[in-house]
Amino acid sequence: MTTPLAAVTDLKVHFPIKKGILARTVGYVYAVDGISFEIMPGETVGIVGESGCGKTTAGMAMVRLTPITSGSVHWKGTDMAAMNRSGLRALRREMQLIFQDPYSSLNPRMTVRQILSDPMDVHDRFTGRQRKARIDFLLDTVGLSPGQADLYPHEFSGGQRQRIGIARALALDPTLIIGDEPVSALDVSIQAQIINLLKRLKRDFNLSLIIISHDLAVVEYICDRIIVMYLGKIVEAADYASLYKDPKHPYTKTLMSAIPVPDPARRTRRIILKGDVPSPINPPGGCRFHTRCPDRMDICDKQEPAMQRFSDGHTAACHLYNNTDADLSHATPTHVSTPTKGDNP
Amino acid sequence: MGTAVDKNSSEPVLSIDNLKTHFFSRKGVARAVDGVSFDLTPGEVTGIVGESGCGKSVTALSVMGLVPNPPGRVVDGRILFHGKNLLDLDITALRKIRGAGIAMIFQEPMSSLNPVYTIGNQISEMFRLHKGYDKKQALAAAVDMLERVQIPSPHKRVNEYPHQLSGGMRQRAMIAMAMSCDPEILIADEPTTALDVTVQAQILDLMHRLKDDFSTAIQLITHDLGVIAEMADQVVVMYAGQVVEQARTRELFQHTLHPYTRGLLASIPVLGHRTRGMDEDLVEIKGMIPSLHDLPAGCRFSNRCPEVMDTCKTRLPDLTDMGSGHQVRCWLHTKGGSA
Repeated sequence: MTTPLAAVTDLKVHFPIKKGILARTVGYVYAVDGISFEIMPGETVGIVGESGCGKTTAGMAMVRLTPITSGSVHWKGTDMAAMNRSGLRALRREMQLIFQDPYSSLNPRMTVRQILSDPMDVHDRFTGRQRKARIDFLLDTVGLSPGQADLYPHEFSGGQRQRIGIARALALDPTLIIGDEPVSALDVSIQAQIINLLKRLKRDFNLSLIIISHDLAVVEYICDRIIVMYLGKIVEAADYASLYKDPKHPYTKTLMSAIPVPDPARRTRRIILKGDVPSPINPPGGCRFHTRCPDRMDICDKQEPAMQRFSDGHTAACHLYNNTDADLSHATPTHVSTPTKGDNP
Repeated sequence: MGTAVDKNSSEPVLSIDNLKTHFFSRKGVARAVDGVSFDLTPGEVTGIVGESGCGKSVTALSVMGLVPNPPGRVVDGRILFHGKNLLDLDITALRKIRGAGIAMIFQEPMSSLNPVYTIGNQISEMFRLHKGYDKKQALAAAVDMLERVQIPSPHKRVNEYPHQLSGGMRQRAMIAMAMSCDPEILIADEPTTALDVTVQAQILDLMHRLKDDFSTAIQLITHDLGVIAEMADQVVVMYAGQVVEQARTRELFQHTLHPYTRGLLASIPVLGHRTRGMDEDLVEIKGMIPSLHDLPAGCRFSNRCPEVMDTCKTRLPDLTDMGSGHQVRCWLHTKGGSA
């Protein structure tokens, strides 16, 4: 079995809440509270969930842009916590980010050429003569023309700016790109262009992608495997087809039914949840979804459900499946930890 | 959807007729809304779809008389509310209609609520202003409204400030405020775009219920064709300041005529399509939305249209009725195009 590109094990990120002039810690935001997953080389993983579920924090913790409270992130088998500054720096070349807002993520005072040169300067790559060719190649790859290299970000539309952001992420030949809501700020017709571009890049450069999004439909289009998060926990993880055909967790089912389908003939009764997502400062005990769950049982507010394994690497954490024929080995990480037939490439 | 109101029997409560709202700046004239016409019917949802800069929000602001002037100005057309042209009214008369006759809710509830007043204070202002209630009556009415929009423990919430409410709750409070004077028309500008999907489902459900209860005419502005399919009775598709297609919702989705509408529908990722083996790649609409200062000659979609013909590049097609109220602005369907 190949080593995963990145392995996240029992990752927790808690942010202290400080109050008063002494800045005493009065509580914590349990942004990410014990999640485990792996990403294989060339794989595309989607992390979906609503605001405050910890999806962005999980992504930021993977590149160490936010300090980790406990747990570990292994990059190609090496614990990132054990790496020194230069080790981390080399690693950041391999992990790149694409942000949601193409307006605030590009420096307005820099030309496209400078924006793309910046990472190459930092890492001392593609110097001298190679530089121009590299920039031309990058712009061409993302569907812009090399002639546009000396323009400033404000001279581009939103979709084009997102293309510049993608070119910047590609500048150093990364292995993994993390996209935090890469298409949600874009118009519908432009969104499709960027989704297709990401899919093409993934194929052409054999990239691994992590797409963080609130939009299950977008994630289904791009990703091989989907992780659903709720209040800092993974509630379900499966490959895209299995998740769509056979969602296990009531939250996943609700999320799927809540998405309006662009077909008036298919107006179905949606599952309408009561209330809002509880605060991650004071998450409910037991299963975190029990306050809104349509299938709630007595056990749900008392005991936290364990991650249960179904066929094809499909996992879900829900008490509904306590007495089913699911293999009850406590699955951590949520992806492949024991080699089975279908998982070996 | 089982709406009791029959579309043929009821008179439109609002008719927008050849509305033109232009913005004047040093760069030139931006024709943000350029000859838009449609009707709102009581108890019906009229969906206005389009991408940024298509003029969907400016149309709504024109109806409310809220177009920032300068630089914007309604230069032509009529907005008939019960036969009265809103564009002829002075500010006092218009104020009476705003809130009581036509109410509006916005995308970002946090920036449209006043952060220094309690929710109760802001809702009761509506009752005091438009219905002449005293303070006590108005507050009781506000609690009542919060209950109608299903805010839990309304007696407590009425004394809270906007920042103490969640996003979904704030949007409910906005809706409570908008509906408080029982308006005949509710204009909702991207009301659920800033909300999570599960909360969006709640808000859409609520709007549905209120529409049936009050038989309000709702103008729902959105970029989300999924929301349109679920909510709207009729749909108006806008592109670069003009209506390009208009029809009853089912008709529009089943017999889509305009290449732009077809492109939009094909470009949205639909949950389950990939799993069911449908289109592995999304259909793209090439290029980008043209700047209003630099519109293509002829049909405004001509530079992105996959079915562009020679005529399209030079002559702008008229909005043509294809029967049963299905209108389209395209030379493929308008006589005189291919000749």
